[in-house]
Amino acid sequence: MNSKILKQELLAPGHMGCPGCGASLVMRYVLEVLGPKTMVVMPAGCWPTFVGLYPSTCLRVPVMSVPFATTAMAAAGVRASLNRQGKGETNVLAWAGDGGTFDIGLQALSGAAEKNTDIIYVCYDNEAYMNTGIQRSSATPPGCWTTTTPASAPKVEPKKNIVEIMAAHRIPYVATASVGYPRDLMDKVEKAKGLKGTRFLHILASCPTGWRHDTELTMEVARKAVQCRAFPLYEVWDGVRWSLTPMAAKTPVTDYLNMQGRFKAMSAPQREVFQNWVDEDWERLRGKCGDTQAA
Amino acid sequence: MKKVIMGTETAALAAVLARVQVVAAYPITPQTVTVEELSDYIGKGELDAEYITVESEHSAMAACVGASATGSRAFTATSSQGLALMHEMLHHAAGGRLPIVMLNANRALSPPWNLYCDHTDSLSQRDTGWIQYYCCDVQDVMDSTFIAYRVAEKVMLPVMINLDGFYLTHTSEVIDVPSQNEVDRYLPPYDPANKVDVDNPSTYGCVCGADLFSSLKYRRQMETLAVEQAWQEASDEFAAQFGRSHAPVQGHRLDDAEVVIVTIGTAGGAAQLAADALRQEGVAAGSLNLAMVRPFPYQSFRQAVSGAKHLVVLDRDVSFGAEGIVAQEIKSCLYGQSQAQVHGFIAGVGGMDITEELLADMTREALGGQKQGLQLGDSIWIKVLP
Repeated sequence: MNSKILKQELLAPGHMGCPGCGASLVMRYVLEVLGPKTMVVMPAGCWPTFVGLYPSTCLRVPVMSVPFATTAMAAAGVRASLNRQGKGETNVLAWAGDGGTFDIGLQALSGAAEKNTDIIYVCYDNEAYMNTGIQRSSATPPGCWTTTTPASAPKVEPKKNIVEIMAAHRIPYVATASVGYPRDLMDKVEKAKGLKGTRFLHILASCPTGWRHDTELTMEVARKAVQCRAFPLYEVWDGVRWSLTPMAAKTPVTDYLNMQGRFKAMSAPQREVFQNWVDEDWERLRGKCGDTQAA
Repeated sequence: MKKVIMGTETAALAAVLARVQVVAAYPITPQTVTVEELSDYIGKGELDAEYITVESEHSAMAACVGASATGSRAFTATSSQGLALMHEMLHHAAGGRLPIVMLNANRALSPPWNLYCDHTDSLSQRDTGWIQYYCCDVQDVMDSTFIAYRVAEKVMLPVMINLDGFYLTHTSEVIDVPSQNEVDRYLPPYDPANKVDVDNPSTYGCVCGADLFSSLKYRRQMETLAVEQAWQEASDEFAAQFGRSHAPVQGHRLDDAEVVIVTIGTAGGAAQLAADALRQEGVAAGSLNLAMVRPFPYQSFRQAVSGAKHLVVLDRDVSFGAEGIVAQEIKSCLYGQSQAQVHGFIAGVGGMDITEELLADMTREALGGQKQGLQLGDSIWIKVLP
C-alpha cells in the first residue's frame, strides 16, 4: 500500500505474517513515529516468526529476538549498554504480544517498569497465543473461543487489566490504542517518544486468523472494539492522571461480537457476561478519568 | 599490591579491573557479596558502569545478553538455584556468541535446602555451550577473570568462573592485586566485529532454516573445541606478564605418577597434600586439578595422565542414574586412549569437607586398601549413611 501519511516505511514489503495481520500494521505505525534510530527487542510470538528467514528481514531497524520471558529486561540491558556508550537518544522498543506481556513476560516487565527503565514497551494484543495456534491468554476476553477454551470449556474470567497493573508502577506514560485508529495510535507513540522512563502502550491488534474474521475487516473490527468499549482508548500519566481519548458514542457489544467467528458459539448468558464485563470496566474507567458525560 | 581479600570480594574487584561496562545481577548466597560490592564500586564512581538491579537471575542474564549484543562488556554472578533459573538464558548467551563472564558460586540444589559447596549446579549446565573454569584459590579468582574476558572476546563465547561455595567464596587469602595499567595491558577494550546497531540494521537470533542452523552448530562446536588451546595461550601470555599460570589442566608431581588424584575446584590443594603424603608411603602419586570442564581439555588431560595406571576421581556431584559427572567426562576422554583405571568417588556434596586424609584414603582404597565408602554402580560414595 502506498501511503500519503507514512513517510519512513521502516516496515519493508514482504513480511511473513498472515494476510490482514493487525500486529504488522501496529509495527508499521509505531516505527513511523520512532524512526530509524530504534532498536527493537522482541520475544517469541508471531512477530519474530514473520520478521523473515535469515538473512532476510522486513524491518529497516535492528531486531533482537530474545527468549519469551525476557523482553523488558533484555531491553533494559540494551538500554544500559547504549547509555554507557553515550547513545541515550536511540529508542529501545520492547515489543511483545499479549502472551509475552500479560503472562510469561510480566515479571521482567514489572522489574523494568519498577525501575522506570528508559524503554518504550509496546504490547500488541491479539487476545490469545496466536503464533502457537490460538490458545487462551490472560488477555482473552470472557466467553471467547480459543483452542484451549473450546465451547466445552469456555473462558469465564475477564480480560486481565494490564493497564492498571502498569499504571500501578507509576511510570510516566501508559496508553491504549487500536490499530483501527492509526492517527490516535501514532499520536500516542509521539507522546511516549517525548518522555523518558518506561512508557507502556497497550495496542489492540486484530487477527483475522485467530479472531475468525475476513482479512479486509482488520481495521473495522479494531474500531468496533473501541466503539463498544471492549477496548476503550485512554491514557494514564504518572500512574495517577487518567484521561479518556475522545471516542464515538458507545455501541452495544453485539455488533463487535457478531463480526467474529471466535464469539460465534457464545450463549446468550455468555454475551451478557461479556457486556457486563465491558460495562463495569467502562464505568470504573470513567470514574478514574473523571468523565462526567453521559454513559 | 598485596591484599587480604575474600573470594567474592575478589570477583567484584576483578570485574572492576576488567572495566566491565554493564552489570546485571541478583543476590544469592554464597555469591551475594560480589553484587553488593559491585553496586558500591559503581555507586562511588570507582567503576564507570551501568548496574541493573534485576528481579531474577533469568532477567540478569537477559540484561547481560542485551548489553553484550550491543557491544558492552557484561558481567553477572549467581549460584545454584539462580544458575538453574538461568538455564534457558545460558543456551541463549552461548548461541548468541556473547562473551559474557559470570561468577558462579557452586552450591547444592534443593530440596532439601543446603547452601554449601556442590558442583551439580554448574556441571548440570555443561551442555549449554559456556566455557567452564573452576578456581582453586583466591588468586585464581582474580586472574582467571581477566583470562576469561580475553578468551571470551577472542572466541565469542561466554565464560562461567566457578568458585566453591564458602570454601572459596568466603575464604580470605593474601593475593597479588594487579594495577589497572597492568590489567589494561593484558585485556584490551571490548570492540566486537559484530553488534546490534542502528547504524547497521540487522537481525539477531531470528529464524533460520535447518541447513544454516546445522552449519552454525558445527561451527560453534569447532570453535568451542579450539578454546582449550586459546585458553592455554591466554594463560601463557598471562604468565609472561604476571608470572602466574592458570592452565586448563594443572598438574602436581605428574611426571612419574602411576596414580593421579583428579579434582575440580578447591579440593586441588588437599589433593596435592594427599599425593605428597602417599609419596612418603612409596606410592607414585600425583594430583591433577581439572580447571576447565568445558570445553573438555582433551589434549592436555590425555597428555597429563599418559603415564598413569589409576585415576582417583573426586565428584562433588552426581548424575542420577549414571555416576559422578567428572568421572564420566574422564572416561569419555580416555576411552580408547588409555588403559588407566578410573575410580570414581562421590564425596563433598552439600558441603562435606574434603581433606587430605580423605583423598589419601580414597586413593589407598582404589589401590586395594581398606574400604572407605559404599559402592553404588561405578561410584564409591564416601561418608554416607548406609
